[in-house]
Amino acid sequence: MEQENKPRKELVVSAIENGTVIDHIPTQSVFQVIRILNLDQIGQQILFGTNLDSSKYGKKGIIKVSNKFFEPEDINKIALVAPTATLIVIKNFSVVEKKKVEIPETIEKFVKCVNPNCITNIEYVPTKFKVINKQDSKLKCHYCEKITEKKNMAFK
Amino acid sequence: MKNRSLISIDDFGKEDYIKVLDTAETFERNPVQKILDGKVVATLFFEPSTRTRLSFESAVNYLGGKVIGFSDASSSSVKKGESLKDTILTVNSYSDLIVMRHPREGSARYASEVSSKPIINAGDGANQHPTQCLLDLYSIRKTQGKLDDLDIVFVGDLKYGRTVHSLVIAMTNFNCRFHLVSPLELKLPSSVKMHIKEKKLEYYQYTDLSEAIPKADIIYMTRIQRERFSDPIEYEKVKNAYILNKSLINNSKSNMKILHPLPRVNEIDEDVDPMPQAYYFQQAQNGLYVRQALLKLILGV
Repeated sequence: MEQENKPRKELVVSAIENGTVIDHIPTQSVFQVIRILNLDQIGQQILFGTNLDSSKYGKKGIIKVSNKFFEPEDINKIALVAPTATLIVIKNFSVVEKKKVEIPETIEKFVKCVNPNCITNIEYVPTKFKVINKQDSKLKCHYCEKITEKKNMAFK
Repeated sequence: MKNRSLISIDDFGKEDYIKVLDTAETFERNPVQKILDGKVVATLFFEPSTRTRLSFESAVNYLGGKVIGFSDASSSSVKKGESLKDTILTVNSYSDLIVMRHPREGSARYASEVSSKPIINAGDGANQHPTQCLLDLYSIRKTQGKLDDLDIVFVGDLKYGRTVHSLVIAMTNFNCRFHLVSPLELKLPSSVKMHIKEKKLEYYQYTDLSEAIPKADIIYMTRIQRERFSDPIEYEKVKNAYILNKSLINNSKSNMKILHPLPRVNEIDEDVDPMPQAYYFQQAQNGLYVRQALLKLILGV
């Protein structure tokens, strides 16, 4: 009888054998992370959950991608929208690496420049930004030199 | 500087500025030097301009080079929908250097990445206009004999005026004091003030022009445009508050000179034009020497 009262230790999103887990994603950013990493275009198995309970953050999102290991520069892109995210590398059902994401020095291609008169919004020119403030995700456009801030950041 | 593009005033350091100004002085003494014989310079003006285009073309002509190009986009293939990239790649093979003005911000930087020939940015939208900045520096040094330890008064639209932004940033390389006179709606943006603060220089803000004039070694005037105001009543309130006239100038230092990037509308009374403090037409003339210097240095002739 006692055993039944104990909370069942079960994962809401089931474990993967090999691959990458991105944990502690802010719930509102889960779909942005999927887009930034182009997960909608890969062939591997993807499991994700959002609005899950988190002891650390209240609510969180999680994404698990089987048999996929990301390059650091790719995974760090998501720091713009998910600065709290943790990256966990799984091999044989065990954690072999765990680290926090980090905003890179430059951001290329996937963020739109906030300036409608910027050449990158007019012609086919991939965007390029220098990160001038990592804490607030402030990006300076390499072309028009205007600042794109987190609150008005849009993705290509 | 050989083969380098000039896109943004930050691309050049203090030593580069001085080199351009020193070279421009030699052209002021002797503007006709046939050093561009056999060279072709393209002037691509996707947007109209009087002073900048004509002074570049005049500079090339005095130096014995040839000019190709267009003075507005409607007379080029842009009208047929050609991309900037394709235009640049084409003109590339017809010229040794490209001078371009374009309405989109960042267009010049992009062109410099596409082009195998150096690009001189003659204005990309509201972003940068570095040759204007260099001729402003030339005019300041010429009239004051130095660039250090000056009091510079900027007047008018400090929020949107790209010439103001570039000149403030360039002058932070020298030990100057900045006096910023504008309506509250058109104050200098904090991104530009940041440069002053980084160098730990002094700046003062005013809404009253008469208060700043006695301090000035240089007064840099700009035009306040009606369309910058969200509230037309606000515009009506301030439109006459930033007009420079004879009586205001009587309170100035003896070495004071007035600069203006031009075109002027009514922000400097025409009565001021014959006064010894009025320097804006000479300033426009200095544009010729500075552009000659840039052509020489970038083409390496």
